[in-house]
Amino acid sequence: MSTETPEKGHHRIDYPAFEENPTYKQLKKRQRSFVWPVLVAAMAWYITYVILATYASAWMKTLVFGNISVGLLFGLGQFVTTFAITQWYVSYANKKLDPLASELRGVLEEKQKKGEA
Amino acid sequence: MNALLHAADAVTTKATTSDPVLNIAIFAAFVVVTMIVVFRAGRNNKSAADYYTGGRSFTGGQNGLAIAGDYLSAASFLGITGAIAVYGYDGFLYSIGFLVAWLVALLLVAELMRNTGKFTMADVLSFRLHQRPVRLAAAISTLVVCFFYLLAQMAGAGGLVALLLGINDSLGQSIVVAVVGALMVIYVLVGGMKGTTWVQIIKAVLLIAGAGLMTIWILAMNGFDMNQLLAAGNQAAAAAKKPFDALAYGNQYKNAIDFISLGMALVLGTAGLPHVLMRFYTVPTAKEARKSVVWAIWLIGAFYLFTLVLGFGAMYIVGPDVILAAPGKTNAAAPLLAQALGGPILMGIISAVAFATILAVVAGLTITAATSFAHDIYASVIRRGEVSPNGEVKIARITVVVIGIAAIAGGIGVQGQNIAFLVALAFAVAASANLPTIIYSLYWRKFRTRGALWSIYGGLISSIVLIAISPVVSNAAPAATSTAMIKGVDFHMWDLSTPGIIAIPLAFILGWLGSIIPGGKKENSWLGAEMEVRSLTGHGAEKEVAH
Repeated sequence: MSTETPEKGHHRIDYPAFEENPTYKQLKKRQRSFVWPVLVAAMAWYITYVILATYASAWMKTLVFGNISVGLLFGLGQFVTTFAITQWYVSYANKKLDPLASELRGVLEEKQKKGEA
Repeated sequence: MNALLHAADAVTTKATTSDPVLNIAIFAAFVVVTMIVVFRAGRNNKSAADYYTGGRSFTGGQNGLAIAGDYLSAASFLGITGAIAVYGYDGFLYSIGFLVAWLVALLLVAELMRNTGKFTMADVLSFRLHQRPVRLAAAISTLVVCFFYLLAQMAGAGGLVALLLGINDSLGQSIVVAVVGALMVIYVLVGGMKGTTWVQIIKAVLLIAGAGLMTIWILAMNGFDMNQLLAAGNQAAAAAKKPFDALAYGNQYKNAIDFISLGMALVLGTAGLPHVLMRFYTVPTAKEARKSVVWAIWLIGAFYLFTLVLGFGAMYIVGPDVILAAPGKTNAAAPLLAQALGGPILMGIISAVAFATILAVVAGLTITAATSFAHDIYASVIRRGEVSPNGEVKIARITVVVIGIAAIAGGIGVQGQNIAFLVALAFAVAASANLPTIIYSLYWRKFRTRGALWSIYGGLISSIVLIAISPVVSNAAPAATSTAMIKGVDFHMWDLSTPGIIAIPLAFILGWLGSIIPGGKKENSWLGAEMEVRSLTGHGAEKEVAH
């Protein structure tokens, strides 16, 4: 990258052809099909909370038990979902993404060594 | 309970008479320790990768702490605790936005960015597009975000001094701003990214431990019963001069659209903050970058949970009226709470931590801005890559000094002005000028140079213009009571004080339009394939520097 020409090694690999590699296609599909839906859901959940806190503040201050209000539970719920999504993604990436990525890295390094076009 | 009331009384009478000598001594100890660490770290700075990324040798855990140290500014510690103490849950809305934002960084950005970039955000954005125009645009927006953020922190330093050291005259405050600026320059000049990172790690440990200790203290006072704490807070809130319902939202933010606009900027801005993005290059692999974000999320999340307890603690132990009457207003809540709990020593520690917080954040901003100027603007745009890495680092070091001088001058210049909106503006620019282009570059193959330029400049200009014509810069209130930056003049044309709700969608649309409208420069589809393969597999990613 930067303005210097990309290292020669990389250009010997035919990246457009490599994109047809079935393992690569699977890796891409797994990554995309996890991150987008999960992120969109998390954002929707957060926006719901913000909108409720601003437009339905009367309902949000309803006490559920003791001094714990609906609004506080919603707020703490955001913490819980953020932590949960984080751990979910880590275990997904460890199991489903990393093995494929490291296998493909091996293939690419091999190609580069051979100077394959 | 009675003893507590007495403690609160004592706070009222000596709110401003903390022990400045003790505060300065504890802060000086922090400076000495960090300087030793920075000088040791600086000895190994040989190459550009050493200076800009600390040799990419930090572990995920260390980098996670450093990210927390970079991200948890004085605004989040003092500001959010204070906002909760005097407005109830509204301050909590802020902290949740700051936390949820990390999911964008974790899921979409961190790993792919680590795999395709070298030193800066612009490395990634210009990977497959036309180098010079995209790099220049990305560097300009990096510099703008860093400068706004830096200015806000420097101005905050002045205000903090008034509160913690009892220095109220403008000469004294200017001297402290200059000291903060000088320390920051030394850290970054000598220690490079490695030294800066260690300062952030030390600060994060102190900040989280300090806040954690006070949290446990307050919970223990309430028999670890959250219910009791909330009741005590709410009682104090109801008894305040301006009573409010501490258990409800909407005490501070009356304009719902404005809050939603701010929420968007917080949530989408984090993953576009250049000083946060640069931290992903300090680890050896994408997997470590992922681990750093995971660490950061847990640390930052825990910290924001602490601020909820601290806020309610300050609400009933110190009281909203005392906080609002103190110099520094809401920012005084946490230090006053520390004094009520642990006397002058704890207040000194918490004050020193607040200072350390500012120092660590400004150091991170400075190295990011200097790297971007030297690597993107000087080496790539001006010299078209015809410069040795050593020459580049030399320029980066000179830039550090220039930024230091500009930050000191700016920090002194804006003293006493209400520029808290600058942090929100920095987030809005990051969310509109940076994030759309980052996401399009990494996830949309049809993205083109023109789209990138339209999106970056469109987001940048619209954010700044919308702020300039907003009520935070000028409004109709009489000069004496005005909270605007420019008092006594009114040229505001729209009523939202945050630009996110317009600027962010606009930048996304511009990036899309600029790419699909026919014409303009052709892109290299081979590079597009290379970038995507490398982003997902980590092939050819920059390696750790071996010493």
